[in-house]
Amino acid sequence: MKTSFILGAVTVAGLTAGAAFAGTLDDVKARGKLNCGVSTGVPGFAEPDANGVWQGFDVAVCRAVAAAVLNDSDAIEFVPTTGKTRFTALASGEIDMLARNTTWTFSRDVDLKFEFVGVNYYDGQGFMAKADLGVSSATELDGATVCIQTGTTTELNLADFFRSNNMSYEAVPVETGSEAVTNYLAGACDVFTTDRSALAARRANFEVPTDHVVLPEIVSKEPLGPLVRHGDNNWGDVVRWTLNALITAEELGVTSANLEEMSKGTNNPEMNRLLGSEGNLGEMLGLDADWAKRAIAVSGNYGEIFENNIGAGTIIGLARGVNAKWTDGGLIYSPPFR
Amino acid sequence: MSENNSFVRKEMISERIPPAADRGLVKWVRENLFSSAFNAIMTFISLWVIYSITVAVIPWFLNGVWDAKTVRECYDLLDGKSGACFAVLNERFPQLIYGFKYPSSEYWRPNLATVLLIVALAPILFRRLPRQLLIFSAVYPFLAFWLIWGGSILTSVSAFLGCAIAVICYRRFSSRSFALAVLISLIAANVWWIIGGYIVDLNASFLSLEVVASRDMGGFMLNLLLGTIAVCLSIPLGIALALGRQSGMPIIKWICVVFIEFIRGVPLITLLFVANVILAFFFPPDTSIDLILRVLIMMTFFNAAYIAEVVRGGLAALSKGQYEAADSIGLDYTQSMRFIILPQALKISIPGIVNVSVGMLKDTTLVSIISMFDLVGMIRGPILSSTDWNGVYWELFGAAAAIFFVVCFSVSKYSQWLERQLETDKR
Amino acid sequence: MNTSELARRDKFQFSMLLNDKRYRSYTFQFFALFILICAMAYLGKNLLENLAAAGLNISYSFLGEPAGYDINQRLIEYNSQSTHLRASIVGVLNTLLVAFLGCIAATFFGVTAGILRLSNNWIVAKLMMIYVEIFRNVPVLIWILIIHSVFLAFLPQPKAFRGENPEATMLWDAFAFTGRGFYIPKPVFYDGSFIVIVTFILSIVGIFAFRYYARQKLYLEGKLLETRWTSVGIFFIPTLIIYFALGSPIGLEYPELKGFNFKGGIHARGSLISLWFALSIYTGAFIAEVVRAGIQSVEKGQSEAAGALGMRPNFIMNLVILPQALRVIVPPLISFYLNITKNSSLALAVGYMDITGTLGGITLNQTGRAIEAVLLLMLFYLAISLSISAIMNVYNRSIMLKER
Repeated sequence: MKTSFILGAVTVAGLTAGAAFAGTLDDVKARGKLNCGVSTGVPGFAEPDANGVWQGFDVAVCRAVAAAVLNDSDAIEFVPTTGKTRFTALASGEIDMLARNTTWTFSRDVDLKFEFVGVNYYDGQGFMAKADLGVSSATELDGATVCIQTGTTTELNLADFFRSNNMSYEAVPVETGSEAVTNYLAGACDVFTTDRSALAARRANFEVPTDHVVLPEIVSKEPLGPLVRHGDNNWGDVVRWTLNALITAEELGVTSANLEEMSKGTNNPEMNRLLGSEGNLGEMLGLDADWAKRAIAVSGNYGEIFENNIGAGTIIGLARGVNAKWTDGGLIYSPPFR
Repeated sequence: MSENNSFVRKEMISERIPPAADRGLVKWVRENLFSSAFNAIMTFISLWVIYSITVAVIPWFLNGVWDAKTVRECYDLLDGKSGACFAVLNERFPQLIYGFKYPSSEYWRPNLATVLLIVALAPILFRRLPRQLLIFSAVYPFLAFWLIWGGSILTSVSAFLGCAIAVICYRRFSSRSFALAVLISLIAANVWWIIGGYIVDLNASFLSLEVVASRDMGGFMLNLLLGTIAVCLSIPLGIALALGRQSGMPIIKWICVVFIEFIRGVPLITLLFVANVILAFFFPPDTSIDLILRVLIMMTFFNAAYIAEVVRGGLAALSKGQYEAADSIGLDYTQSMRFIILPQALKISIPGIVNVSVGMLKDTTLVSIISMFDLVGMIRGPILSSTDWNGVYWELFGAAAAIFFVVCFSVSKYSQWLERQLETDKR
Repeated sequence: MNTSELARRDKFQFSMLLNDKRYRSYTFQFFALFILICAMAYLGKNLLENLAAAGLNISYSFLGEPAGYDINQRLIEYNSQSTHLRASIVGVLNTLLVAFLGCIAATFFGVTAGILRLSNNWIVAKLMMIYVEIFRNVPVLIWILIIHSVFLAFLPQPKAFRGENPEATMLWDAFAFTGRGFYIPKPVFYDGSFIVIVTFILSIVGIFAFRYYARQKLYLEGKLLETRWTSVGIFFIPTLIIYFALGSPIGLEYPELKGFNFKGGIHARGSLISLWFALSIYTGAFIAEVVRAGIQSVEKGQSEAAGALGMRPNFIMNLVILPQALRVIVPPLISFYLNITKNSSLALAVGYMDITGTLGGITLNQTGRAIEAVLLLMLFYLAISLSISAIMNVYNRSIMLKER
């Protein structure tokens, strides 16, 4: 008899009437919380700190969207997902958006019915090897043992790379990134392969980072970006233009320091449209006029987010490279706010 | 004459002590360690095994660093010596036990709930304790729910009252008909819950604790939570399944058989995959059910199928005479089950049920594979991939193993004790 | 007027569906079936609606598409251009491989520990008790992870075998135990090897035939034939003669250190070894308890009676105790074998590519076909379980017949 009591109690606790498919924007507003899918821990991109607060480059996108829609950058339910669970979590409506180092590919976009709203990091798959192995190029890796995290596009790229170079290899599939590193450091494999950004992050954590070299080859294109479900274009627009607002803010020189001042109105019409002192862009999205200002206020523009989480000043130490804004010769480019 | 026979001893001589080789420690050693050449060899091998383990582990353990902020600081303190970085346990202890999202100011709540759990279980586990304590056991689930999840106490009170009403209705009508009583009590409880729901909504802040979402549970607390709830829910379901499987009604029997064999035939991990990636597709399109609840459903099914098999064994062990005797005094099916068959069958099955339940508690670690942060998930995810504690492997898994060992070992010792108790009862 | 006549004379009324014991079970069953069908229909409807809303469908065509990923441990030919179906078959074979190896090793660990626990050597018995309790009371997932990291940390890597003064050396230049797995010599078959194998099989059949003949002779004529040395002779001599007569048609390929890794020989991957070891030592602890209980279940009187008849200790064990203990041991033993098979699905924690790792892992990730993949996965395990329980039922029936 006692047990049936618990059933009632747990049902009360677990049943959250919410929403899934139609009108995600309205659902999020009604719920007062954004359900955002993140990874279970990639240093610099998404990891809970010692207090359990999620931090990182991908997390910042979630926070910006939450601030734009809900006016509260903490009104987020972070849902940790693995490579296996991320797509079903999004498809089944458990999460509203996924910001988890996910590569934009044709089949994910078309066959799995997702909508990639943009690219927040241009990555490429690379290799890391111990310096004393004496390897200077990935083409010398014939016969090597390669540690790889399963459930990602990297294992397909790896197979393609070795096949097209007519080399043999031995894959050691590992479930989590930290276990891949453990295997690599213990010598269970000669080379560790994943996105170059993650390689840099892991290498920075090693006891003696200079004992390890990241090989120059980039074997794949990995445009990483947030994604939403197919079929809800309004919600897709909200996430897409929140990301674009962060990028445009950097381009226009809006930073978290001068945001208040700029939002009072300036001579630059695009900046005014972005920050809501001119035009009605927010209204078109179904938000208020200050949406972009709030998104930028959370942790600054794209450049600031980059520098604070994964930039040269952090332990990860990534250079902007192709992720510089287009005016600096990079690929980060936003359509105009008009 | 006898006086002169000097060869006749007049008094008893005292017993001599046995030869040195046949007494005390030496005798024990000879009998227990060196009784044959083979035994001597085995003894030396065992001693060597013990020695090598001690030599490897003791310095590592004794040199352990308990106070450091990061793994690098820890290695610096060790200065090249072999030693453990127990500092990680020190630093991340709350994360290991409560997960990383349970608010730290509220840790007293799960602690209290655990203490009360022991109090509530005591009268069920030890039959010598006063029966009145069972009332607390009945109240406990509601109290624990309030403590762990928070919110207003009225939610729990209302749920409890609903159940109490159901019990009272059942008592009132059970003399007439079992089915009628069940029906009436179900209706009464649900009516109360609907009314209660409105009352709770009006006074949502009455005696309210901070609400903690299911998703924020983690660490060993999550293991205990999943294990306890799944076990509690699966016992009645398992008994029902076992009765269904024994039943003479072919359709009911086959439904139960298919269910039990299907669940027992697949690994728990595939059921967790179902909970994680498939189950959401089977709920109505406008609802989403928490992952923890979906996992609980699957774990309950899983455990129930195993308990059903244990109970079926208990039912089969009863002699046919018991069933026939119950029939012959005119008891109907419900009565004979309630008063004659189940009390005996369950008594036989209790050790088996406890074993299955320990297995369930151990299997809750599998949720780490579907990205839930239980004890193992916490270690493999946030802690090991954090910059500070990258590569501290042994200490963390050793601690996890130790925690599980303490809990599971005590439960299995209890089960053995109970088995002996029940054996003496039988004679 | 007896009851059957009464029953016949009763007219059927609707209230009898609820009140009459003869019809009530039909009502119950009808309702149970009705509820079941309703529940199924409801879940099915939800599924279809959800799939339609997400724009997905149920299709198994992905099985025919190229998988695109590589699998290191494989028993059949496979490359990244093979289909997902073939990848799944590789996974199935890997599951069966680790389960088979695990069952053998677990039986070995379990029987050894179970018998030693009853040993009159105090220290051995206590050690075995500690082994059993420690392994039984800690989750198997934790054991798999710990044992995997033990292998990683304590076994030398191929690099250690290199150089003038290597830190590690190969055993007899034929076996290499590294953190990447075990390398053992591989038999190579040349022309004529077939004849040698056939000879070998024939001589094993011959041994059984000879033993059968000797037993018949003993029972019928009371003549005791020497069997041990004759068996050894039949085992070795014909095969060796044929082997050398054909000019050694079976050779061994030794593993050699080339480039990054050892090449040649059979390579049992580290993940296979650690999963195998972890599963078998964990299940061995349970088997030990069953073996102990089985031996203890045989009454002491049995062995004393056998002793009184003048039987020697090993005969008492083999002919009196074990046959009776086995009746208690075998049914739970088989369910532990089943557990090993099911627990082998935890392979993905160490990256061993079993069916959960291929079909339920990478294939599921790459194609996103979660429902189809998990369904196939469950069907596979179900098929294995049901066939093992079928075997168990046959066995149970066979020992029941012997009971008098």
